[in-house]
Amino acid sequence: MRYVLSVLVENEPGVLSRVAGLFSGRGFNIESLNVAQTLEPGVSHMTITTSGDAQIIEQIIKQLRKLVTVIKVVDFQELAAVEREMMLIKVQADDSRRGEVLRIADIFRCKVVDVSLLDLTLEVTGNYEKIGAVINLLNRFGIKEMARTGTMAMKRSMQRDS
Amino acid sequence: MELTGAQILMECLKREGVDTIFGYPGGAVIEVFDELSRHQDALKTILVRHEQAGVHAADGYARASGKVGVCLVTSGPGATNAVTGIATAYCDSIPLVVFTGQVPTRLIGNDAFQEVDIVGITRPCTKHNYLVKDIRDLSGIIRQAFYLARTGRPGPVLVDLPKDVMTGKGEFVWPADVRMRSYNPTYKPNLVQLRRAAELLVKAKKPLILMGGGVISSNASGVLTDMAMRYQIPVVSTLMGLGGFPGTHSLWFGMVGMHGFVSANKAVGEADVLIAVGSRFADRVTGKISAFASNSRIIHIDIDPTSIRKNVSVDVPVVADCREAVIGLAEVLAARAEEKDWPNEHKDWLAGLDRYRKGNPLSYVRNGEIKPQQVIEAVYELVKDDDAVIATEVGQHQMWAAQFFKYTTPRSFLSSGGLGTMGYGLPAAMGGQIAMPDRRVICIAGDGSIQMNSQEFATIVHNKLPVKVIILNNCYLGMVRQWQELFFKQNYMCTPMDGQPDFVKLADAYGAEGYRITEEADLVPTLQKALASPNPVIVDVRVAREENVYPMVPAGKGLDEMLLV
Repeated sequence: MRYVLSVLVENEPGVLSRVAGLFSGRGFNIESLNVAQTLEPGVSHMTITTSGDAQIIEQIIKQLRKLVTVIKVVDFQELAAVEREMMLIKVQADDSRRGEVLRIADIFRCKVVDVSLLDLTLEVTGNYEKIGAVINLLNRFGIKEMARTGTMAMKRSMQRDS
Repeated sequence: MELTGAQILMECLKREGVDTIFGYPGGAVIEVFDELSRHQDALKTILVRHEQAGVHAADGYARASGKVGVCLVTSGPGATNAVTGIATAYCDSIPLVVFTGQVPTRLIGNDAFQEVDIVGITRPCTKHNYLVKDIRDLSGIIRQAFYLARTGRPGPVLVDLPKDVMTGKGEFVWPADVRMRSYNPTYKPNLVQLRRAAELLVKAKKPLILMGGGVISSNASGVLTDMAMRYQIPVVSTLMGLGGFPGTHSLWFGMVGMHGFVSANKAVGEADVLIAVGSRFADRVTGKISAFASNSRIIHIDIDPTSIRKNVSVDVPVVADCREAVIGLAEVLAARAEEKDWPNEHKDWLAGLDRYRKGNPLSYVRNGEIKPQQVIEAVYELVKDDDAVIATEVGQHQMWAAQFFKYTTPRSFLSSGGLGTMGYGLPAAMGGQIAMPDRRVICIAGDGSIQMNSQEFATIVHNKLPVKVIILNNCYLGMVRQWQELFFKQNYMCTPMDGQPDFVKLADAYGAEGYRITEEADLVPTLQKALASPNPVIVDVRVAREENVYPMVPAGKGLDEMLLV
């Protein structure tokens, strides 16, 4: 099962290695991880995508909370949340195939951010499933390169009755 | 007034109530030791002979006294030598602050002489660690380090001190208090959970208390003993909990786990409600998880939420300080005490456990050789009335010391439980003796593990510490040999300790008293003489070579699958 965790941490040297070391040292998976500063100086926000059964996820969350530099951990499994990831993907697209690639780009509301005679670079934003679908569809043209941010998430303001 | 970093360190240590530092100097901390020389009345510094032993000594000091142990070593190899000691303390939740020297900040990352990234190295084996990059942060970090070490689930904290921070000057400000938004241990138990726990206990026919090291570290021994006695609940313990409940009491059914008592392991198997207090259900305690306490609802009290449901699924989790939780549970129970005739309803259960205790006591066969178990029994008989502190190394002798010595008070058994560190016992005994100068401190050792930190005989003799070292000498790495005998067709690869030193001559070389016991008839008289000496003593007891520790639950088996003598 895939889980997305939001982790607020003190922005001090070594904090990333504390989190990453916790995952590697205890044999937990990291599918993706992104870190950036928040509005509050000294606080960074990490979004970690991981997988495991419920007992493992409970341990991951507790172990994260136990780290002295971790301020808060939110498990999005329990919440209605918006989830997004951005991907840059460079696809082979010579004259014969450019039209087809552009049509797919259009359907998924991708932006063309770079173009050459032989390829197109698209900016794709969406949740995990959409990114996966785009990759699947573009695969047959030949993907030359791609870069993904990993999932980011935010709690929705309106929550289901709880 | 401006002080140097080293001076600020001294001021902080004094304010934290430190009186003893175990240390080893070197280039990166030479200024700190220079400053220490002017504070010896308040911060007595013990020069150990190896940094690993320095940390173990601070650990022994902490376990015996309940205070935070302090160790100061130099950068590079000094710091890496300390790692085993730090990991040992981490596994057993012992409060330490370890200061390491570091190269000047401008050289960090340059592969300078005696530079290692000790903060990186110790990240997974410390509760937290710090590199002090600015003298303005120094006092605040030290304050936090001590606070983290002793609060919540205790543990070692490392503070890395670059040379220029120690020599630089800054204003000394002692922070009035420590506030960390990301660190707030839960001390008070949740009342709802306590009521659920009480409900289970009121209905229980076969309740059992399983105590772990948390009972010792939270000083819960007294309240736990009261609760067990008032409600007639039998008590068993992990290795780490020994001493938390009097081993001479009728409600005591022994240590559980791989080398646990038959009565204790049977009790866990048959109990219908298990109250685990301050235990993390380590694999050496549970054996095969699926067979562990399989007839039991489990109430788990622990201050560390990660301990709960890590290995064993739990019916009532109570995240709290063990002492607070037991006090709270006793209060809730008191309100419902009338609902049950406790002594009567537990009578059959206790009688059944008593049959196990009497039917399958710890035993060994006497045959004229000196049996190692017999040595522990003899030591126990000689010192049982004077509240001795027993430190152990790791191996067979450790298990015999856990089984055959009856611990009656907390903080009287110093042993590396989680990490199983050979070489722990001698320096821990040394630290324990410094913390408890008026108590008799005995190190029970094997001939293998004593050689892992035997250089500390020098520290012991030099500081006139009357530590008594009793070596159960079977010329084997006995525990590994036992496994080889049982599971590897007696292929004794690398376990015979050939080329052993003459321990009596070794004692003499260091200036300690040395005795050798080879005949059973000499055992008690010689031990008596050795224990009565005001000096450091090494006793080399030649014991039966191939004696095994029983009961034994083979790794991966359930607790009821015990091999007996």
